[in-house]
Parts: sequence; structure tokens; C-alpha cells
Amino acid sequence: MIYLENIGRYFLMLKSVFSKMTKWSMLRNLIFKEIDDLIIGSMGIVCFISFFVGGVVAIQTALNINNPLIPKYLVGFATRQSVILEFAPTFISIIMAGKVGSFITSSIGTMRVTEQIDALEVMGVNSLNYLVFPKIVALSLYPFVITIAMFLGILGGWLASIYGGFSTSADFIQGLQIEFIPFHVTYAFIKTFLFSFVLATIPSFYGYYMKGGALEVGKASTTSFVWTSVVIILINYLITQLLLT
Amino acid sequence: MIEVKNIKKSFDGVEILKGISTTFEKGKTNLIIGQSGSGKTVFLKSLLGLFTPEEGAIIFDGRDYNSLSTKEKRELRTEIGMVFQGSALFDSMTVSENVMFPLRMFANQPLSEMQDRVDFVLKRVDLIDAHHKFPAETSGGMQKRVAIARAIVMNPKYLFCDEPNSGLDPKTAIVIDNLIQEITDEYNITTVVNTHDMNSVMEIGEKIVFLKNGVKAWEGTNKEIFKTDNKAVTDFVYSSDLFKKVREVYLKELEEES
Repeated sequence: MIYLENIGRYFLMLKSVFSKMTKWSMLRNLIFKEIDDLIIGSMGIVCFISFFVGGVVAIQTALNINNPLIPKYLVGFATRQSVILEFAPTFISIIMAGKVGSFITSSIGTMRVTEQIDALEVMGVNSLNYLVFPKIVALSLYPFVITIAMFLGILGGWLASIYGGFSTSADFIQGLQIEFIPFHVTYAFIKTFLFSFVLATIPSFYGYYMKGGALEVGKASTTSFVWTSVVIILINYLITQLLLT
Repeated sequence: MIEVKNIKKSFDGVEILKGISTTFEKGKTNLIIGQSGSGKTVFLKSLLGLFTPEEGAIIFDGRDYNSLSTKEKRELRTEIGMVFQGSALFDSMTVSENVMFPLRMFANQPLSEMQDRVDFVLKRVDLIDAHHKFPAETSGGMQKRVAIARAIVMNPKYLFCDEPNSGLDPKTAIVIDNLIQEITDEYNITTVVNTHDMNSVMEIGEKIVFLKNGVKAWEGTNKEIFKTDNKAVTDFVYSSDLFKKVREVYLKELEEES
């Protein structure tokens, strides 16, 4: 019953987020600040993980190909498919649920605990629009992060294959190009866009409606990570079923 | 003036406010007092519209809050200034930005005029060199003064303060009390202060509403509170020996005068 209540409350929250807009001059500054916090601030960890996981995917693929009949370009092919279809959009989004999601929940939750949200409401500000809308706009740039993750993942795979002696550069690049379906990139960006909305709104929901003190802020961050991840995985399944089958 | 008519509020089936009616007068410092758990904070938050009462009416100069449209409620809220118990300053903004926040949100003025207004109210609360400090870099007393400055920057008609003295030393607490009193007189606004600081009760309580277990157990002025024989009030206000003696001295003086 509590799950149904939360789902209903989440959609009511979304309705409030898009009503009674904050003054544009204020909103603009908030959006730039959120881009800095949520997008620019996440680039380091995303780049690091993408590069090395791309390398690991290439190495693992190469090490598991024992049959001499399997062409060497398969390493590049498998790296490209893994990175574009799943690793960059889904795996990075789960990481972002931990990094960005817990940041959003704890910052809004702290504002709730210290009555800053009450202060906004008393002043006549639509606190949900003020706090959540700029995050949604900022995270609409999230597909750019995923583009970089895709590039670095493949670059990491390429370098690991060459310098590890698992594949030649020509074979790897042939694998990248073979049977390339452009719609796979479109599919990846469609789900990335949906994930960006989930990343902005579910952690905001858990922060905004939390009750209690500092301990509860920590608990809300954990709960928000769990549910953001669950929703990302479910959406991933549904979108894959809808678009690729 | 704020009229409160028979408001009731429950949480999870437990009735916290059991039908409170009173009037908070314009140009006066109205105090809500009572023990912890008596319903003071719920009452104050109901007045502010942060909680919706199940029954009753809250009327701001003839405007029944619960019958107003969302737009009208938001407009009314721009006439309200609030000082929260923990000050509720925005951590990521400087003192100056905190005070300017309501102006930037609702006033259509050039930045220079807004800055002048901010300088004026900060000077009014005796904060001159704190413009560029962040709340975390200021003391509790300074934070309260910034909160008061932010509450009055829009020239409110109604000022609400939730435990404005909590966590402050006695000297700073008196400064804050006097500031609230002066601002109430100066701007001729309706001020409602939620407190359990007996010093505030004696100093600035032009009207006092005493709550006990979610009902109004007594109301009167800071002069009348000395003379009342209401047991609930005397047990609460004169629980310390010091205040018992203060009361005895005051009553003795009154007797001698008469």
C-alpha cells in the first residue's frame, strides 16, 4: 500500500514541479549551478570508469575467444556493442544514481531538515519547481556525458587490445565498423534521456518528502539509490523489449 | 489582524489542536506559549499554511486562508515574514543574497534598489559588515538577525517567529526580543511569536496565548499573567523559584501601590 501511495505522490510531485514557474532570472542561475554540480562534477568519475571498463571488456572478450575460427575483429565488435548498448547508458546511469542521486537526496533532505523548504513555501515560492525543475533541465544534458562515456569506453578497449597484444588496430577498427546499426545509438540515447529524468526526479522525491533528522537524510539517500537503480533497470528492460525486439 | 476560529489538526488519528480560537492583534507582539508537546509549533505552522487544519478558519484581515485560491494564497504569503527556529538561511547564499532572495523572487526592481533595501534592513538589524559572509561563518545571534532582516525586507504585514531565542545567550536573546518589539511598533505589523522563554513573556508579551494539550488554556497580557490564578499557567510560568520570586515582588508592589 505504501508503494502505491508513494507512486501517487511522485506523480503529484511532478505536477507541482511543472506548475507556477520560478522567475526566469533566478531559474537561469539555478540551472547553470546544477549543470556545474550534476554534469561537470560527474565527468571525472564517468571518464575514469568508462575508459577502464572499456579496456576490461576488450580484454575479457579476447581472453574468452579460444576458437581459431572466430575472427579477431570480434574483440572490437563486442566492445562496441557492449559499450554502446548497455555499458555507457545503463551501467553509467547506475553509477550516477549513486553519485548524483545521493547528492540530490541529501542536499534537498538537508534543506527539509533545516526548514529551508518551509522558508521557501512561506515566502510563496513553489519549492518543488525551484528545487527540482533546474535539476531536470541540467540533467537533460546527460546524453552528452553518455556520448563521452561511449567514446572513452571504446578508446579504452582499443588501447587495451593493442597494448595488451590481444588484437591489431586494424582488426579492432574493422570490428567497430562491422554490422554497425545506427539505430542502436538512437536506442541508447532514448533510454539515456529517460534515465536522466529518473535521475533528477526520484532522488528529489526522496529528499523532498523525507521526515526526521540527519540520520534520516542518510537513510533517504540509500533508499533513493535503491529505487532509482530499480526504476532504471525496469525502464531498460521495457525500452529494450519495445525498441529492439 | 489574524483571527483564528476553532482550528483542529490531527496526525495519524491523534488530535494535536483541539479547537483553538483567538485573535492576534495588529501592532502588537502576540506570544504563543506552552510546554513542549502542547501544540505550539503545529499551531504556528497551521497559521502559516504549512499544515492544513481539518476544521476551523484562519482569517488574515478579512481573508479566510482556506477559501483562497492557490494564487491568492501565494500572494498572501508574500505579505508574511517568518523567522524559523534554526533561522533556515540558505547555506549556499551569502548573508546579502539571503536577504535579497524574496526581493529577487517577487519584486520587480533594479538590482541597485534591491541592494539599497538589503543594506537598509541589514543596518536596521545591526549587521553592517556581514554582507559577504555565508551563514556557516556567522554566529547564532547573527543568523537570527539575518533571518529577521530577510523576514522584513518585503515590508510584511504579518511577522511570525518560531522560538527566536532558542540557542542564544541571555544577552543576545534580549537583543532579539527588543528587535522584534521595535520592528512590530515601527512597521505596525501583526507579530506572532512562538516561545517558551519566560523572559520574552515578561518583556514583550503584549498578548499571550497559553496552550496546553492542544487547547487554549489561558490568554491575556504580560501584566495579567502575574495576577492570574489559572493553575495551568502558574505551574508553567512560575515553575522556577526565580520567577516565583519575581511574581511575589511584582504582586507586593501592586498591593503597596493600591
